Amino acid sequence: MEVKDANAALLSNYEVFQLLTDLKEQRKESGKNKHSSGQQNLNTIMYETMKYLSKTPCRHQSPEILREFLVAMKSHKLTKAEKLQLLNHRPMTAVEIQLMVEESEERLTEEQIEDLLQTVTSILPGDPEAEQKPEDMAVDEGDPE
Amino acid sequence: MFVLVEMVDTVRIPPWQFERKLNDSIAEELNKKLANKVVYNVGLCICLYDITKLEDAYVFPGDGASHTKVHFRYVVFHPFLDEILIGVIKGCSPDGVHVSLGFFDDILIPPESLQQPAKFDEAEQVWVWEYETEEGAHDLYMDTGEEVRFRVVDESFVDTSPTGPSSAEASTSSEEAPKKEAPYTLVGSISEPGLGLLSWWTSS
Repeated sequence: MEVKDANAALLSNYEVFQLLTDLKEQRKESGKNKHSSGQQNLNTIMYETMKYLSKTPCRHQSPEILREFLVAMKSHKLTKAEKLQLLNHRPMTAVEIQLMVEESEERLTEEQIEDLLQTVTSILPGDPEAEQKPEDMAVDEGDPE
Repeated sequence: MFVLVEMVDTVRIPPWQFERKLNDSIAEELNKKLANKVVYNVGLCICLYDITKLEDAYVFPGDGASHTKVHFRYVVFHPFLDEILIGVIKGCSPDGVHVSLGFFDDILIPPESLQQPAKFDEAEQVWVWEYETEEGAHDLYMDTGEEVRFRVVDESFVDTSPTGPSSAEASTSSEEAPKKEAPYTLVGSISEPGLGLLSWWTSS
């Protein structure tokens, strides 16, 4: 076996998630042979990887969202690796942006970081349950005066 | 986190599988060979992405099976240096904090890369971050099952291919069980703001 190119392309979590979901569908349809001992490794890795990815923001994404995200990111001049990390993690705080974008203090002003956060949180869908909680908290804070 | 790796290999299809479509047999064989396995200096193979080229299949004398040279692309887990990942704490030991991603377990965060100052609580076998504020020191425990955000700082591949028969004789007399080394390990760090348990950084 020969490895021609160990780094042919970077894949986003969404692409891998989609691939595994499609593969699972295909294997379900073809039926019998997926329980043979040879297929056990594939079953294990597929199950574990899908379990991990279904807890990340990629499960709410779609090809259109990815395209929109990349178009919006053009103006911010980020490297491919940085855009990929923003896509995979969907950061919601400035601290997270500083982790993922190298030398963010020098390359981005505070306004640009805010702007980036806005773009990320508006284009990439988040967890619908988690978005509801801050609204409940805001109601309580108004009471004690 | 995942990369596409282009590889070439010769796949052997035994005669009793000739009735199946060649592409399907080859995909199955490749997944059987590579899924959930670590390829040296490449990473942990997940699943087949696609087959880019199939060369002519040959049958050799003495073997009824067909041999096909296949060019294909495989999805491999291979985080790049300095990538941020989120994992779950599997346990703590004096070597550091062991983190797992579910499908990949061999991630270690050594004591020097923890948020400083940190100490190891011997009684509970857990690492603790002694966080100082004006009110005093808070002990933040790194409990098993907690989600952590960490940065990948190093990776190491170990060639675990079996050694030849001559060295095997020498080792069986000295040791009973050969040490099992993980073929692919990652070293992480959580010594920056924003890294560590997710609960430490979520704003209320």
